[in-house]
Amino acid sequence: MTTATRTAHAQRKPRKSRADSMLPPMTPKLAVGLTIVVIIAAFAIFVPFFVEDPNKVSDVGMTAPSAQHWLGTTQTGQDVFAQLAYACRGSLFIGLTVGVLAVALSSFFGILGAYVGGATDEAFSLLSNVMLVIPGLPLMIVIASYMPNKSSVLVAGVLALTSWAGPSRVLRGFTMSVRSRDYVLAARVAGEKPWRILFVEIFPNLIPLLASQAMSAIIAAILGEAGLSYLGLGATDSYTWGTMLYYAQNGMALILGAWWWFIPPGLCIALFGAALALINFSVDEIVNPKLKAATRSQIKKWKLEEKAGKAKSDAEYTPSPVPVPVAAKEAVA
Amino acid sequence: MTTATNSNAASSAASVNIPTNVLPPVYETDPVLEVDDFCVEYRAEKTVQAVKHVNLKLGRGEVLGLAGESGCGKSTLAYGINRLLKPPAVITSGRVSFNSREGYPIDVRALEGDDLRMFRWEKISMVFQGAMNSLNPVKKIKDQLGDVFTTHRPDMSRKERLDKCGELLERVGVDRNRLNAYPHELSGGMRQRVMIAMAMALDPQVMIMDEPTTALDVVVQREILREITRLKDEFGFAVIFITHDLPLLLEISDRIAVMRKGEIIEMNDAMSLYTNPQQEYTAKLLSSFPSLTGDRGDFIRTGSEDLAEGTSPFATKE
Amino acid sequence: MTTLELRDVTKQFDLRSGLKTTKFTAVSHASFTLESGKTVALVGQSGSGKSTIAKMILGLEVPTEGQILIDGKPVDHHGRKADHIFRKTVQMVFQDPYASLNPFHTVEHHIARPMKLHHPGMSNAEVHKRVIELLDRVRLTPGEDFAKRLPGELSGGQRQRVAIARALAPEPSILIADEPVSALDVSIRLGVLNLLARLQREENLGVLYITHDMATARHFSDEIMVMRTGEIVERGPADDVILHPKSEYTKTLIGAAPDPERRLKELMAQRTAA
Repeated sequence: MTTATRTAHAQRKPRKSRADSMLPPMTPKLAVGLTIVVIIAAFAIFVPFFVEDPNKVSDVGMTAPSAQHWLGTTQTGQDVFAQLAYACRGSLFIGLTVGVLAVALSSFFGILGAYVGGATDEAFSLLSNVMLVIPGLPLMIVIASYMPNKSSVLVAGVLALTSWAGPSRVLRGFTMSVRSRDYVLAARVAGEKPWRILFVEIFPNLIPLLASQAMSAIIAAILGEAGLSYLGLGATDSYTWGTMLYYAQNGMALILGAWWWFIPPGLCIALFGAALALINFSVDEIVNPKLKAATRSQIKKWKLEEKAGKAKSDAEYTPSPVPVPVAAKEAVA
Repeated sequence: MTTATNSNAASSAASVNIPTNVLPPVYETDPVLEVDDFCVEYRAEKTVQAVKHVNLKLGRGEVLGLAGESGCGKSTLAYGINRLLKPPAVITSGRVSFNSREGYPIDVRALEGDDLRMFRWEKISMVFQGAMNSLNPVKKIKDQLGDVFTTHRPDMSRKERLDKCGELLERVGVDRNRLNAYPHELSGGMRQRVMIAMAMALDPQVMIMDEPTTALDVVVQREILREITRLKDEFGFAVIFITHDLPLLLEISDRIAVMRKGEIIEMNDAMSLYTNPQQEYTAKLLSSFPSLTGDRGDFIRTGSEDLAEGTSPFATKE
Repeated sequence: MTTLELRDVTKQFDLRSGLKTTKFTAVSHASFTLESGKTVALVGQSGSGKSTIAKMILGLEVPTEGQILIDGKPVDHHGRKADHIFRKTVQMVFQDPYASLNPFHTVEHHIARPMKLHHPGMSNAEVHKRVIELLDRVRLTPGEDFAKRLPGELSGGQRQRVAIARALAPEPSILIADEPVSALDVSIRLGVLNLLARLQREENLGVLYITHDMATARHFSDEIMVMRTGEIVERGPADDVILHPKSEYTKTLIGAAPDPERRLKELMAQRTAA
């Protein structure tokens, strides 16, 4: 057996389960991303149970990190570590809520519209186009001016409302392309009911795209919330990375050199965003396998191999006698 | 192997006495392209040897058919010869030498940068698979044809260029006044002719055609093939014609190479290959095309092949 | 015994370019009958309206004029029940097996679904058994192994066999095969056609074989209809149409098909002359 057939064979070996084909292969990128996300999520879930009340004011004032206060204290003597734990929880809560809501809204308007077609599609697409041009920040400012107390649920709601339209358009396009594929026609010819075609034949093929969109929505929501909070328009009922930065700014942490106050939340935002982006790359590679690119060093190595191969062939080459293909020889004879 | 073709082929070979050629063939006396021990690998998760130790010679003015099924490496070989492969494809060994008609050889694999760019369209040009859809939809035909000259013949004046483009179109049987047309105003067959004109622009000595007619209708395909044969006779370029359609190759080529799993398993002149295939695979490929007017393939209707199940290559599963 | 009849069927599409709407006639006054046990080939170039006819028969497009009848009764896609009966009678094999199988679902899902739809009373074990039987019939053995696979793990020919098994699952009496082998590698095309022909004989199916390949049309079918820009220009027994074509267009089509024998004769003549 030749190498080519052997490799082809190995690739065609039946996979164990259907779910396998939906999961991205484990790559260093994915591993790093997942590790960071798991650490931050675990921190957000468990640590708040063990720290002191982040609102507790003490008279120590602003102090640098110490054994008692791992990340120092704020101007009013509040423990930064405790605040960070609660902020992680708050930010992740908003991120997840927005992720779920945005994906739900975009799926509803994008997938359903494209599948049903006709007037429904026109209406849904008009709505998403309108939503697309409403900017989140000014809308939030308007809402903020009406509501002195904003819960994080409200903030999440507004962020979700302003972020589903873009993904919905992408989903609409993709659904339309899937809808016209032969396997969907085949299901119709077989006599499947429309809702079954939508959920069983079309929807599973959209899952990687939805996963990727959910991830982007979470990143956008966390950054968006941080931006709003930094402007003082964020949730007033809970800590988030954004509100921490806002208080740090107000407490003149930057001017006073209190790095322990603003670096941890900033770092968390950067790390979490980067981690989700890394995971997203891996998911994107399922949606679009062309994105899998060889690294620069690999290409360099291949180029060198090519050169070496050429040199070897040149050295071995003897201009004559020329090998005549067997078949041609026989034909002449 | 006892298929209808074989018995058919054997009888026709036996009945006609093929006169043996006394002169050495043109690919030996005057090869325009010599490929020696050519290997290409694809470096994916697993390395796949796409082309394995291919040797071939292309005579000046000869039409060489490269036949094979999808994934056999025929396109990779053609792209490799022209140095058009990109990573993860790696040419691991081999020599490609091009003997220009001016009398000097070119080591194709040693070319770099500008030399390679000049070599590509001037000496060997290509008509790609589905090429007619690769015309830029927002540029007029004359500008797209003219681009070849602005790149390769920068000294040419505007007027000369336009003249030359018109002449090229006429060569491939498209009216000169189509120069001002946009691609969408032309039919598929006409667009393919424009692509052939473009490939002929710099008077190349070898043209590689990768499934140039696959996307076209049979009638249009026939016209294009006639055109290619006529132009070849007139301008004397050699052609490497790649397709899976063996009957088509048998009609237009001087010699045919059959590729399978990266190797050329059989190479012979078209007639010998048809009447006396040496490899079982070649015979199978030949018998895969039912004869239009003959009996070959009628087992489908009569079911006679089913009776002899096991002996037939079609009754068994792949 | 089932007959499917197209009676004077016309299909027009609206072409919109800017504000102007023009009518484009894809199929014009087509009439023919398909019956159990017979294979009819519909031959023509791309754009001749062959696929539109297939889509109308399957109810994926609605004819602008004319009627489609099964056993003399007009086809009714309105209402679940009528549509259901129709679906059981007429099935289809699509051109591209890479597009016609859902990459997310196993082979078993593809064949079991139509079976369950048309035999709601069947137990799961029974369905599974029949899936394996069908896989055996299309020569995908061992069936148990193939049933678990995903389309991505099959070759083109194997996929098309799955597609054929799926079309046969509701036990139809009419099968539409739209270029069933043109997307496959040449060396396996005849194998798949041969399989289709065998199943056609065994199940006494009425087959409409849509193709642009004159040679397989001749060997695969009893009758050939030649279509040109929406009109059927010639029809008759397969051998008559290919060997003694009457219409100029059929002659052009036949003349354009590659025929190595012709070249062989030319070469022979050349050599004898030399």
